[in-house]
Amino acid sequence: MSSRKSKSNNLIHAELLSQVQRVLRERFCHQSPHSNLFGVQVQYKHLIELLKRTAIHGESNSVLIIGPRGSGKTTLINHALKELMEIEEVSENVLQVHLNGLLQINDKIALKEITRQLNLENVVGDKVFGSFAENLSFLLEALKKGDRSSSCPVIFILDEFDLFAHHKNQTLLYNLFDISQSAQTPLAVIGLTCRLDILELLEKRVKSRFSHRQIHLMNSFGFPQYLKIFKEQLSLPAEFPDKLFTEKWNESIQCLTEDRSVREVLQKHFNVSKNLRSLHMLLMLALNRVTTSHPFMTAADMMEAHQFCSMDSKANIVHGLSVLEICLIIAMKHLNDIYEEEPFNFQMVYNEFQKFVQRKAHSVYNFEKPVVMKAFEHLQQLELIRPMERTSVNTQREYQLMKLLLDNTQIMNALQKYPNCPTDVRQWATSSLSWL
Amino acid sequence: MAYYPTRLKTRQTYSWVGRPLLDQKLHYHIYKEMSVKIEGSLTEIHIQVGQFVLIEGDDDENPYVAKLVELFEDDSEPHSKKRARVQWFIRFCEVPVSKRHLLGRKPAAQEIFWYDYPACNSNINAETIIGHVQVVALGPDEVLPMDLKDEKILFVKLSWNEKAFRPLSPELFAEFDKLQEGSPRSQKPVGVKTKSIESPSRTTAEHAIKRIESRHSTSKSRRTPSHPVTPRAKKKLELNGKTPNTRISQQNSGASLDSPGRSKRKVTLSEITSPTKRSQPDRLHTSSPALKAPQKTGEIQSSCAKDDKKASPDCHRILRTRVPALKTTEICEERTLTPIRGGWKSSVPSVVLKPENIKKREAEEPEAQDGATTTPHRIHRKSSLLTLNRIRQQLRFLGNSKSNQEEDEFLPAAEISDSSSEEEETSTPPLPRRTSSRLSRNLCSSMKSSLQTPSKTPKKTPKPSTPRHATPQIRSRNLAAQEPASVLEEARLRLHVSAVPETLPCREQEFQNIYNFVESRLLDHTGGCMYISGVPGTGKTATVHEVIRCLQQAAQANDVPSFHYIEVNGMKLTEPHQVYVQILQKLTGQKATANHAAELLAKRFLTQRSSQETTVLLVDELDLLWTQKQDIMYNLFDWPTHKEAQLVVLTIANTMDLPERIMMNRVSSRLGLTRMSFQPYTHSQLQQILISRLKHVKAFEDDAIQLVARKVAALSGDARRCLDICRRATEICEFSCQKPDSPGLVTVAHLLQAVDEMFSSSYITAIKNSSVLEQSFLRAILAEFRRSGLEEATFQQVYSQHVALCRMEGLPYPTMSETMAVCSHLGSCRLLLVESSRNDLLLRVRLNVSQDDVLYALKE
Repeated sequence: MSSRKSKSNNLIHAELLSQVQRVLRERFCHQSPHSNLFGVQVQYKHLIELLKRTAIHGESNSVLIIGPRGSGKTTLINHALKELMEIEEVSENVLQVHLNGLLQINDKIALKEITRQLNLENVVGDKVFGSFAENLSFLLEALKKGDRSSSCPVIFILDEFDLFAHHKNQTLLYNLFDISQSAQTPLAVIGLTCRLDILELLEKRVKSRFSHRQIHLMNSFGFPQYLKIFKEQLSLPAEFPDKLFTEKWNESIQCLTEDRSVREVLQKHFNVSKNLRSLHMLLMLALNRVTTSHPFMTAADMMEAHQFCSMDSKANIVHGLSVLEICLIIAMKHLNDIYEEEPFNFQMVYNEFQKFVQRKAHSVYNFEKPVVMKAFEHLQQLELIRPMERTSVNTQREYQLMKLLLDNTQIMNALQKYPNCPTDVRQWATSSLSWL
Repeated sequence: MAYYPTRLKTRQTYSWVGRPLLDQKLHYHIYKEMSVKIEGSLTEIHIQVGQFVLIEGDDDENPYVAKLVELFEDDSEPHSKKRARVQWFIRFCEVPVSKRHLLGRKPAAQEIFWYDYPACNSNINAETIIGHVQVVALGPDEVLPMDLKDEKILFVKLSWNEKAFRPLSPELFAEFDKLQEGSPRSQKPVGVKTKSIESPSRTTAEHAIKRIESRHSTSKSRRTPSHPVTPRAKKKLELNGKTPNTRISQQNSGASLDSPGRSKRKVTLSEITSPTKRSQPDRLHTSSPALKAPQKTGEIQSSCAKDDKKASPDCHRILRTRVPALKTTEICEERTLTPIRGGWKSSVPSVVLKPENIKKREAEEPEAQDGATTTPHRIHRKSSLLTLNRIRQQLRFLGNSKSNQEEDEFLPAAEISDSSSEEEETSTPPLPRRTSSRLSRNLCSSMKSSLQTPSKTPKKTPKPSTPRHATPQIRSRNLAAQEPASVLEEARLRLHVSAVPETLPCREQEFQNIYNFVESRLLDHTGGCMYISGVPGTGKTATVHEVIRCLQQAAQANDVPSFHYIEVNGMKLTEPHQVYVQILQKLTGQKATANHAAELLAKRFLTQRSSQETTVLLVDELDLLWTQKQDIMYNLFDWPTHKEAQLVVLTIANTMDLPERIMMNRVSSRLGLTRMSFQPYTHSQLQQILISRLKHVKAFEDDAIQLVARKVAALSGDARRCLDICRRATEICEFSCQKPDSPGLVTVAHLLQAVDEMFSSSYITAIKNSSVLEQSFLRAILAEFRRSGLEEATFQQVYSQHVALCRMEGLPYPTMSETMAVCSHLGSCRLLLVESSRNDLLLRVRLNVSQDDVLYALKE
């Protein structure tokens, strides 16, 4: 009786939990304009006023939104556009053009994309798309025709703005800014970039035409706010179907926020990076551990997730190496110590290894040279060592100069955790003089 | 529907009836009547001015309906010399579909609407007129007759101004009634004639004053929804004319003697109510010979005339700032105004004058014309005098606070009239609705037609006659843009770089030099090159545009020979050789590949041509036209040296020594030494620019303007920057203000904030706001730099420092991956300059900020 009841309970739970996970994952992964904005109210107001003036008064504007990666630039603009489009008199009157520097890698492609997004191509027919020059003059003509009061404002959103600055002559930027500074079709040019030196990238003529408005997003919040964001990001919305469960879940999140170890984890995470995207990553990992048998997030989940996040990738690779490969790495470390970071070649490493095997080793088998060579090549494939020059055909592989891409501390840490590491190898690694 | 004979079905021949009246100013022959002979039948239709006519349109069933205002012959028009000016009526089916619901009832079959829309082109080809039609005006309470025997009667009850249906105004209504009763010939301004007969002692100056007066009254009547040529306006003139002769002159002299402000005010009123912009300076030029004459006759009049002359550009400027978005409508407006003027002038020769009067007229007229048709040398002097005058006026305008006050006094009146015409302005579509040449109603204002008809591509209709309509455009907005409501918004609109300034203060000398250069080349029919340099934002292109605008006006006034103006911009080309394509297309409308275009242009410029029109070519951003062989620059500078070319090339670039730096000797030698450099604006100049833009708008504290001018002058002298800062400051002022209805002045504090926002480096705030690990990584870099004494370090070196630092500060041990992420994060912000991350431990790191800045930012 009781088992059956618990089973049905489990079913409900599974259903609910998958819903919870869907809601939260959407929140973490999409820069959806439905989530809340944090600590950027001033910037948001500036942007929305600017857009409104373009949409309603037909005033041309240009603005750059600058902030490090993950600081919410795209979220900000999405929010602003969403609010703008909700205004009745604006929604019909505004055209949007979204460009991305990673997609529109040159002006030719960008122009085509603009024409497509402005729905001008059905006016043009196919013919004009013959050449880049015709395309440009066509688009300029089209934009020139309008004036402030009568034509529809266009909002240009240039994602990865800095990449547009690398286009030849910055033709696109010049023309967009020029239109925005002359009495033609009203334009709002909004650039999103993470580079602080973006103005130095602009050519002087382009720079003069840019209005020098900059909106900085700097993640300028402290840890208490970070905690609040954490809580808000994990809480279920009020419109979630099962009220009882929502209450329970949110209560557990509240507990989680007050938990000391969770705070510690968050503090560590906050110290490394303030951006919300990395927080989302952390929460995502923690969320994945929620199952029917374990329906609420716990502090342990958070700690686990954090450990996962802050793991050193190279140390993980070292854990999976064979003893021979470990020995080679230790030999390289000693060579580095002796020759002060000078590059080494296979022969040197092999000699060092030979010394160790002959004098001190008890457990390590004296491998033949081709076997050692194979292990050496494996290390190269794992990119733990790197050749100094390009591999050419006529250089002998034994004598190619190499560098180790592991730090001493990394090697020592990895060795400590290495399962079943022979003691003599460990001693060899710790000894400062390799042959003693 | 009624059947109307159209030209497609029967051939018709058009001929003038009666003797022409010559309009001297516009070179028109004006006629009162036209006869249309339909081939095959012997009937002849006589069409007279004032009648209602049917005009051939797209739809044979429903030809356009209009009232004939004027018939004239225009020699300047190449195809159809017989022209007519009409007042349009509109059928219900011609009203845009989206607006039809505004009527609120079902329209009657024979109902038409008075088309009260000044932007519509009223100048048509007279040969498109089909025949008469009878139009009956109905009062607002009259019912439209439903059972119609005669289908050719149309009914007018409402007027349509693209926004709303309105009942006909009483004046209009009266006019209709009158028209139906008497012959339209009685409509002629008799008063004018009588006046000119009766007052032999009157000089041309008085005449000019009267003209202004009359313009004033007509423009006054324009404010009513009726058309300029209403009987009411004419009646007024008649009244004026009937007053005793002596009284008029007394009045005039009195007005000019004791209250120059009064006549001035009249002018302003007339200027402000008529929204024309271009026509104004035109008038100024054309009236100048007439105004010159009185200088001999009497000093009072001359001073009066001068006053008028000076006052009018001033008010004209006021006007221009107020309606900056009004470009497309102007030309059409101008046309609707001209018939009045034409009527005035034309009435003179037809009058039966007493012998002595005729003599006097004849003696006077050559005098007046003399100014216009003397040797080019004199014109040259005169026009430069005019420009000098202009500059002087500007200076006077800026310097003379007294006159400013005077203008301030009657500013409210101007604003009232402005707001009354605001509705009209906001609804203006980008193009006139009815075009003159083919009479196809181009409904560009409704976006559907321009978007859905793929046949209107520039390629498919390459005829030079229609490219204007064929080029697609961004669709127009459904709701009109809002006009500025508050003082700050108004100021912001004026401070926008795109706002066309009424004058270009602080560039008088440069303006004069360029003007003289181009003008002398135009007068001599030779060519030449000029190189203009200056840092961005110093008004190079704006000044050249202003010069061209003035020259075009002068050309219209026949002060200089007419010329062809072409503009190319190096930055608007995809590739240097495209410049040939652009020039050719703008010159002839042809399309060709770059090489072919170069050949065609060379042929055109290097061989003798029949047409003697000079071409003025503006090449903006010249440095972009640089190629390895420099053939483009060579050609551009070589063509003007040939006599046949008649090409004046103005080139603009940023660097002063561009010819020496990048051009080969043979190119720079052809460019010649006519150089001009625009210096960056000084703080007082920037201040002057701001003040002139913000005239009559009290939005800024004086100190604030001075502050921003000094700041920008110290940084770059870029006028664009200056305007942008001020614009931003108005926003800040608006945000910071608590009460939204009465925002205060923009203060120094607001401006400082704006300047900070724009110019302060964001590196320090970025460092301050970065995470703990990022900050300690920066510290580690500094420590490593100090240790090694170099400005560069590998990641490995910094990492070991970083680990040590973290240990000291009690931070958890940073793993390599975390540190790498931190490093690349700082690199993506460009706080650090890093190599590509495939170098891993060996990637080299540099600071992109000075070490002192980092230290400052890290010091809490």
